[in-house]
Amino acid sequence: MATTPETAISGPATAVVRPLLSVRNLSKSFGKTSVLRSISLDIAEGEFLTILGESGSGKTTLLRIIAGFETVNSGEILMAGERLNHLPPYRRRVNTVFQNYALFPHLTVEQNIAYGLRVANVPKREIMTRVEQSLAMVKMSVHAKSKPAKISGGQQQRVALARALVNRPRLLLLDEPLSALDANLRRQMQMELKSLQREVGIAFVFVTHEQEEAMVMSDRIALLRQGELEQVASPREIYNRPATSYAAQFIGHTNLLQAEVRAGIARCHSLSWPVTLPDGKALFSLRPENIRLAGNCTLPSESPVVRVKGVICQQAFHGATELVEVECADGFAFSVRIASHDIGANELDLEFSSADAVPVLESPNGVSQP
Amino acid sequence: MTFSRAYRTAVSLPPLLWVTAFLLVPYALLFCYSFWSVSPSQIIVHSWTLDNYRELFRVNVYLQTLFRSMWIACRVMIFSLLLGYPLAYYLSFHAGKRKDILYQLVIIPLWVSYLVRAYAWKTILGSDGVLNTLLQYVHLTRHPLEFLLYSPFAVVLTLTHIYTPFVLLPIYASLEHIPRNLVEASHDLGATPKQTFRRVIFPLSIPGVLAGATFAFVLSLGDFLAPLLLGGPSGIMISNIVVSLFGAAYNWPLGAAISLCMLGLVVALLFVSENLEKKWSFR
Repeated sequence: MATTPETAISGPATAVVRPLLSVRNLSKSFGKTSVLRSISLDIAEGEFLTILGESGSGKTTLLRIIAGFETVNSGEILMAGERLNHLPPYRRRVNTVFQNYALFPHLTVEQNIAYGLRVANVPKREIMTRVEQSLAMVKMSVHAKSKPAKISGGQQQRVALARALVNRPRLLLLDEPLSALDANLRRQMQMELKSLQREVGIAFVFVTHEQEEAMVMSDRIALLRQGELEQVASPREIYNRPATSYAAQFIGHTNLLQAEVRAGIARCHSLSWPVTLPDGKALFSLRPENIRLAGNCTLPSESPVVRVKGVICQQAFHGATELVEVECADGFAFSVRIASHDIGANELDLEFSSADAVPVLESPNGVSQP
Repeated sequence: MTFSRAYRTAVSLPPLLWVTAFLLVPYALLFCYSFWSVSPSQIIVHSWTLDNYRELFRVNVYLQTLFRSMWIACRVMIFSLLLGYPLAYYLSFHAGKRKDILYQLVIIPLWVSYLVRAYAWKTILGSDGVLNTLLQYVHLTRHPLEFLLYSPFAVVLTLTHIYTPFVLLPIYASLEHIPRNLVEASHDLGATPKQTFRRVIFPLSIPGVLAGATFAFVLSLGDFLAPLLLGGPSGIMISNIVVSLFGAAYNWPLGAAISLCMLGLVVALLFVSENLEKKWSFR
């Protein structure tokens, strides 16, 4: 572990030459329950990848498989070309930050951080300097001699991070490390974690069930649903171009429009807009913020504009914006996000660009979020 | 939760009375006796004297027996730790589905009377016993091995057999309390299973080891039946002396003095082990 070539900080994850970690066609079941089905995923050097999913989606199991705590039923895990499948966790160049930190209670903060280096027989001098650097990196130098029980949750979190990073792993796995922190500290740690990841240039695989956290921190998000990958893309792409109705609804808020396409025109209740889809049923995702008050601002003129009138039936104040439930004359209801000060009358004249109605695949077995 | 004063008195009174009648009063009596003496006509004289304690340190046989008892207790402690720890570790970490049944197998011997188990060893170790018969049958020895029975060896063996479950249980409990993600964290940080045991599992099981070791030592130190049945003259322990002083020798004051010394020793030991346990527990 001592002789690590410094991993170069690579750019955005789009240009993958040779992935650092490759998960190929991986399946896992516990007894008769299938937990993961044919997962294929590449992780690039220096990338921040988030595995996002609800509880029970299999995200933690996937992480544990990469770490080496679980075996797979089929499929391959390759790290820089080397097959990891049967390598025990202590032979993998991967370190983990556990959900509840798993700090050794009988060791001081300093000894916890030194643990990995000590078992790898790194010379004492080097251990000392590296531990000091790590302590400084997570701003915990003052607490070096404290036992884990004597420091706060946020501080334990930093120690867990330092303990993993001091080994200079090629890949760092983080299992919902922020879930135990309160909202403010959490937001602060999200930022710190992100900038730390940039600084050290190590690839992070971050597991969370919080879509907002995933959006804020990740280079790419792998959306996991019931043991299958729903979509793997950058936060922007997954938000703007969700592949499925589940992706559209799990990440952010959306209106799903069930439309009928005939001769290049999609119809949904009284609305209609041109599309380049074959005839038949189609599902569209339209974000509430892409619907605006008519004539209030200029829309890009390339794509046709769809106009719709409706009355407000519900309002939720969010500060700068308001999420408004609008109902049309024919009973069709949808939500709209508009600036709070723009709302005057009870009846709204709205419009959206047809390009913002994104066709999505219907996720099977319904959708768990409203 | 708050309880009324009457209620608190009502629930605490019975145990208080019990402890007073059957513990504090006898100890107080023992304390008094240890400063009294016996007249040549075998009457206990109620005048205060330190003679009993002087006698204790002056006559070699008492101190020698005390040291032999400690040495026997020490060996019992070591052997039951050597047996109990690996078994507790296996039960807690590797037994898997067999855990419950193996645990029961450890517990079951505790239901068998101590006396029965001591006698069982007598029939095994005696000169016509199972072991000697077998050894002669396979021609490993020509004559029965005499040292097997009526020796400190027999006492250590029997006490180890009897007290190993007492050592195993607290160790098992402390091993069960180790969060398994600490073991995973250790592996994750590159420690092999051996390193993990040495650096994480063992240190965190020390409170259990201390509790078990204390059990074995203290219970063996005061044991009286095993040396009586299996010890022979060379395996006499301090309790046997106390018993004979209170019985045939009719020297209650000296018996009381020895008892109090042992009590002091044991209390000091419990105090030390309690403090060490506290030092090694982190939750």
